[in-house]
Amino acid sequence: MDTQAAIDQEIAGIHADSDVEETQPRLDFAPYRSSVLRHPTKDLHHADPEAVELVAPVFGHSDVDPLEADLTLQPGGEPIGERIRVTGRVLDGDGRPVRGQLIEVWQANAAGRYIHKRDQHHAPMDPHFTGVGRCLTGEDGSYSFTTIKPGPYPWRNHTNAWRPAHIHFSLFGSEFTQRMITQMYFPGDPLFPFDPILQAVTQQEARDRLVAAYEHSLSVHEWLLGYRWDIVLTGAHATLMESDDDHA
Amino acid sequence: MTTPEPQQPLVPTAGQTIGPFYGFALSYERDHELVPPAAAGAVRLHGTVFDGNGVPVPDALLEIRQADPSGRIPRVEGSIRRDGTVFTGWGRCATDPGGRFSFTTLEPGRTDQGAAPFFAVSVFARGLLNRLFTRAYLPGDEQALAGDRLLGSVSPERRGTLVAGRDDDGSLRFDIWLQGERETVFLAFPRHGR
Repeated sequence: MDTQAAIDQEIAGIHADSDVEETQPRLDFAPYRSSVLRHPTKDLHHADPEAVELVAPVFGHSDVDPLEADLTLQPGGEPIGERIRVTGRVLDGDGRPVRGQLIEVWQANAAGRYIHKRDQHHAPMDPHFTGVGRCLTGEDGSYSFTTIKPGPYPWRNHTNAWRPAHIHFSLFGSEFTQRMITQMYFPGDPLFPFDPILQAVTQQEARDRLVAAYEHSLSVHEWLLGYRWDIVLTGAHATLMESDDDHA
Repeated sequence: MTTPEPQQPLVPTAGQTIGPFYGFALSYERDHELVPPAAAGAVRLHGTVFDGNGVPVPDALLEIRQADPSGRIPRVEGSIRRDGTVFTGWGRCATDPGGRFSFTTLEPGRTDQGAAPFFAVSVFARGLLNRLFTRAYLPGDEQALAGDRLLGSVSPERRGTLVAGRDDDGSLRFDIWLQGERETVFLAFPRHGR
């Protein structure tokens, strides 16, 4: 396997060639070895969305129980770790709140271990933590999850590869074209520069937008620490086409 | 549509890979059954996801969004806890160890003039740093396919990657090639950024 130094050098070479317009990760990012055979080599084909692509799937209270937003509520006892709350808003590219839409999250436990059967990391499972949560956004696009701060964990991309602590977020907008999955990171994590998945986002400003902010006013006396993370989806088309004639 | 509120363009948050460990979080019972297999008009939409070496991808996740057979686009909840009667027009399927996926659904009807009926498809996988979008068009109606705006804009040699095949048993077959000679046409929509 490659050394971290070799990976670092590859990342630096690609970053040197990137430009400020890039807000999304490179699909072709060889330092993340699993991407080598799994990225399209041809340009994405530009398409105007048709009707079905302008309507996101709909989720509601028959799909999601409000208790699913608290990942620390487990039968038999409380999970071990640093109790936190992650809260924020989901907005579209025009700053409009995404209302009543599904958010799904998943994460490792405090020791950096997923409940997934293929996770081979030699860290303890927590019988009181599945690391899975869901909620529907509020009228103002807001969401809030109570959980445990996940631990970093090793993986086999290269020798001594470690993922920074993160929570996976799955998001829907008002249109199918806005569908996205991403990862939220924690401020000040020393593993950021070494992680080829985060560094596949080549611009510092764009990477910074994946990092939550610690916000002391969200912390709860003798109970938990609070983080804020807002998510912006790509712009919607339906409203644009009605209100704006000069779209390209 | 609702009245637009004061607007200010914002920079979209970057996507990241779904990673390997989503199965326990994103899979639901009957998530891939938009209709029960015994329902009237039920059809299987299935295929395999391949990487650039032609090796099946066992850790991909697909979602489809579609109209009903009359061309109406459902806007109803109930995809996570299906009751077997509501057609939500949305489904999700993780690939199996052989890279295969299979939905049970209804064939979509036409929704737009100048567009042939299709399933809108999004693709996620370990190793894939951001989601991909594509379309799986229904085969058979050559006139509709020939008049389709998107298909008409794709080079003839790649157009076929967007059209499902029809198996002898009536199932729809749609393989996805993430890379290589048979690479599927993936789509970028306006305002997606890069």
